[in-house]
Amino acid sequence: MSTSSAPTSSGQRQRRVESVTVDQAPEQAESTWRTLRRGLALSPELRVGLAGTLGLALVYMVGRVAVPVAVQQGIDRGIVGGLDLDALFTVVSVTAAVLVVTTTCGYLMMRRLFTVSETALAGVRIRAFRHVHDLSMLHQQSERRGSLVSRVTSDVDQITQFLQWGGVILLVNLGQLAVTTAVMLAYSWQLTLVVYAAFGPAVLVIRLLQRRLAAAYGVVRQRTGALLAAVGESVVGAPVIRAYGIAGRTARRLDDAIDGQRRAQQKAIRISILGSSVGELAAGLALAGVVVLGVLLGADRTLSIGEITAFLFLVTLFIQPVQIATEVLNEAQNAIAGWRRVLDVLDVDPDVADPGTQGRELPGGPLDIRFDGVRFAYPGGPTVLHDVSLEIPAKSRVAVVGETGSGKTTFAKLVTRLMDPSAGAVLLSGVPLTDVRFDSLRSRVVMVPQDGFLFDATVADNVRFARPELTDEQLAAAFTELGLADWLDGLPAGLHTGVGERGEALSVGERQLVALARAYVADPDLLVLDEATSAVDPATEVRLQRTLDAVTRGRTTLAIAHRLSTAQNADEVIVVDRGRIVQRGSHDELLREPDSVYALLYASWLEQTR
Amino acid sequence: MAVLGRAIREQPRIFAVAVAGSVLFGLMVVASAFVVGAVVGEVVVPAVETGSVAVGALALAAAALLGLSVLRVVGIFGRRLGAGYMQFRLQAAYRRRVTRRYLELPLSWHHRNATGTLLSNANSDVEAAWQPIAPLPFAVGTLVMLVGAVASLFAVDWALALVGLAVFPALFALNVAYSRRMAPRQARAQRLRAEVSGIAHESFDGALVVKTMGREAQETARFAARAGQLRDALISVGRLRGIFDPMLETLPSLGTLAVLVVGAYRLRQGAIEVSELVSVAFLFTVLAFPVRAIGWVLAELPRSVAGWDRIRRVLDATGEMPYGDTRLDQAVTEPATLTFADVGFAYEPAEAHLPGTQVLGEVSFTVPAGKTVALVGPTGAGKSTVTALAVRLVDPLSGTVSIDGVDVRDLAADVLADTVALVAQVPFVFDDTVRANIALDRPGIDDEAVWAALRLAEADGFVAALPDGLDTMVGERGTSLSGGQRQRLTLARALAGRPRLLVLDDATSAVDPRVEAAILAGLRSSADGGPGASILVVAYRRATIALADEVIYLEQGRVVARGTHTTLLATVPGYADLVTAYEQAEVDHDRKDTYDEVTPLASGLEVDR
Repeated sequence: MSTSSAPTSSGQRQRRVESVTVDQAPEQAESTWRTLRRGLALSPELRVGLAGTLGLALVYMVGRVAVPVAVQQGIDRGIVGGLDLDALFTVVSVTAAVLVVTTTCGYLMMRRLFTVSETALAGVRIRAFRHVHDLSMLHQQSERRGSLVSRVTSDVDQITQFLQWGGVILLVNLGQLAVTTAVMLAYSWQLTLVVYAAFGPAVLVIRLLQRRLAAAYGVVRQRTGALLAAVGESVVGAPVIRAYGIAGRTARRLDDAIDGQRRAQQKAIRISILGSSVGELAAGLALAGVVVLGVLLGADRTLSIGEITAFLFLVTLFIQPVQIATEVLNEAQNAIAGWRRVLDVLDVDPDVADPGTQGRELPGGPLDIRFDGVRFAYPGGPTVLHDVSLEIPAKSRVAVVGETGSGKTTFAKLVTRLMDPSAGAVLLSGVPLTDVRFDSLRSRVVMVPQDGFLFDATVADNVRFARPELTDEQLAAAFTELGLADWLDGLPAGLHTGVGERGEALSVGERQLVALARAYVADPDLLVLDEATSAVDPATEVRLQRTLDAVTRGRTTLAIAHRLSTAQNADEVIVVDRGRIVQRGSHDELLREPDSVYALLYASWLEQTR
Repeated sequence: MAVLGRAIREQPRIFAVAVAGSVLFGLMVVASAFVVGAVVGEVVVPAVETGSVAVGALALAAAALLGLSVLRVVGIFGRRLGAGYMQFRLQAAYRRRVTRRYLELPLSWHHRNATGTLLSNANSDVEAAWQPIAPLPFAVGTLVMLVGAVASLFAVDWALALVGLAVFPALFALNVAYSRRMAPRQARAQRLRAEVSGIAHESFDGALVVKTMGREAQETARFAARAGQLRDALISVGRLRGIFDPMLETLPSLGTLAVLVVGAYRLRQGAIEVSELVSVAFLFTVLAFPVRAIGWVLAELPRSVAGWDRIRRVLDATGEMPYGDTRLDQAVTEPATLTFADVGFAYEPAEAHLPGTQVLGEVSFTVPAGKTVALVGPTGAGKSTVTALAVRLVDPLSGTVSIDGVDVRDLAADVLADTVALVAQVPFVFDDTVRANIALDRPGIDDEAVWAALRLAEADGFVAALPDGLDTMVGERGTSLSGGQRQRLTLARALAGRPRLLVLDDATSAVDPRVEAAILAGLRSSADGGPGASILVVAYRRATIALADEVIYLEQGRVVARGTHTTLLATVPGYADLVTAYEQAEVDHDRKDTYDEVTPLASGLEVDR
């Protein structure tokens, strides 16, 4: 799989699975084996002891045919043609002993199977989780929210649930079919033929229905997704719905989604019932056929009474697996589709990859930044930065300003290697960023994004995110150094105040304060601020700016700013316009260029703030 | 059980169909055992013994077997169709009820409940509550089948019946023991699944922070710990299954063997015939599966009860904010007057994760008709809470908020929505077209009105440039738009309704100063000319504040000062500090102050790195 096309192709594939149609089913069946092979290659531990497990399963299945054989033996030797209780006892006690053995084997088989498969799948789950974090920011953001979460939750759950439930049933029942067939053949090939003649067409019809059923379940999944989206919107958008009095409209949309799902479910169950009815009819047909032919053969003395009776039992043993197996096959398809999606994520090479042990460390001390003919375009999008070359000396404080859409945020993302340039190179202290090991890069270069995401924990735990070893005293000291001690004291439980889901118990501005403190205690050599204080009140912002200026002395800072107050204090301002650097210099120098982009921005800023 | 009773009460007819189908199926299964026995005894044995075939009897036997199977199919149809439809209808009905409650319950309730919980209440909890309903008719049919089986066993022979009485209750008891042991393990696995999912959700939501701080390994460790617990829980579920499943399967087989032994004795005593022995043995074989299936139903019941409890919590939640029925004069299109009188607000103690302190106290102010009032205060002063109160997203703990002299709690819902509009700090965009996002199906908002609102919000330019114009889908939570574009869309949404009171909560923070200036100019002219609106605006920017006729200065939830911008600037030091912060900064900058170098956390504390 090529790296660049990965994000979109996996998204498309997911939609395709959801809308799978009759024509696409064969193609899907083909790749089932491929998926299994890929999955086994990825989790070799699944193969460990596989032969043993299968051996145990085989013995377990023999138990299923023990009873019909016992009935045949019992009737023929012990009942018909004179009662022989001793012979009957022998048959019964041998069979009972066999059942004890097969039951024990069944236990051992399941025990091994579950231990091995759950361990392997937990490994896959954890690996996929790590892999999602290793994917580039662009890839992470191109996926629908929640779809990456499904890769490590519901998709894996689907596989484990299938294995726990359907997998064993499928395995045992398919084995049962084989063993039953073998026993039937041993008794009479003619009657076996009758049974197969009755079930053959039924299986074909069921397979056909199966495809329609898979399509119907695809629609159910799609509708369920739509329902979840609608519910999510009504929950997350609750303030808007209330403020605009559009509960009626929202309720209608919800009802449509709910009914859509219900109709899809009903359609699916209709097809499913059709399938099991066909199976049941086939069973009746087989039973009748066996009786008719059996009696004819019995009259010829080709078959004994016990054998014919045993056959009637065997036919029932045949029905169950066929019906269950067809039901379970659906689940199997879902599980395999889930597995395929997990494997697909794992197969995507992170396009912004950690060079790992082959990488270099950043040299010690303050870092300087160099852009060498850097061009950047989003995949399939227009170029947002054109051939940018610039040098920012170590220890300088630089502000990047420009209008919305000018490309200024791209600087922050390139310097922190959230993205790689389409052409050219970004270098820190002379080392190309692509050569820098991530552990070195992430400990020396820290960015504060505009949306300072907080985890559902206390303020303290959020701030010590990058350095869990910090004590409460040290954290409190950090807030004091940032001039935020008063704000911290105002919180109900100080450092131990819970911030709620995504930090929603705090105001937007307060969240930014915590995010800033988090970056501050990480003590980086290059601090990148991407509109990090946009929702903070001016007095606090100015105060923060001042303390930041002080505490970042001796480090390099790059601030993406939409408030020009940041630019005024910077050593150098870089003005970006339509993807190009149009001006560079100190605030005062830039202002001296009349009618320049910066002069216009500043004029408008003054108008706003005076 | 109460859950099941409710299910039957809500869908009685379809439940009856399902049960009838299931009973038919069950009786036909028992009947088929006797037909098979009869066939062996009456047709097979004579044919083998005499070597000649009674064609009539054979044809009858075949027809009987086929007929039974057709009746079984009818039974299956009735049962599964009925049960499925019942389950899906109940699920749909309860999803509707649950989501209705979401729309009715107040925001304070929404705040207390995590988004993920509410999503699973409407989805998986409803599903869990009604899923065991589907096999319920099957269970009833099986019960009938068992009773029929035991009765027919007694009719055949009391000794064989006793074997049946020993085996089936034992099977049932084993099943119950299995379910009892399984339920807590399943519940634990389910809980761990939710926790694993919670960690994944949060961790991927915060992926940018994880990435920029290089904490992938630690996050993976956090996830792996919980995933490991889930693995152990699932293995324990599997081991239990491994113990019980084979036993449950072997028990009926042992029963059949017992039937052979006991049957042989009874045969010798001449109490039964071969055909009866075969019938009974066959019965044991065909009954084994349905009896086990009842066990699956029982195993699912605890899940159902847990799901039902969680649904009830939503349906029974109280505290909805009832609307009054007072209507304002419809003809009035003049700007409205907003009055806060001694308003106090605090989060309820139950909102445990939220700060429990009082957020607002004794807040009083008025936005006179047609005037613009600016709400200014430091971060965390309670400004957003004031805006939420003004449009009645929440109700005050004390005091009153009124519009045109009417307490907002007395106003009818549609009147309130028509009169006031809030543009929130964080814009929310529906997964719908641009047009739908602005018009929201409100009457009287045609394309012309939408474009007019877009123009006013300075959003007409980028909307016109979108591939499908007004019909462009803006995607999940508006992710295809920039923050500033989203803000302008929500602003246009508010303006399109021609509200008489407009409440802006720092609604232009993601917009560049130049664009913001243009928007503000537009707003001001709409306030001057035309019907116009009264405006309550939370602002930091001087240009915005300068537009205001009056400024309310808020600090720690209290009104510290009010007056014109100039007065406050001269008399209130806190206000002056806040508002002139940038100028002060510039003065400082011009003075070229020098600072001492500080190392983070160096203030007297040693840090190990």
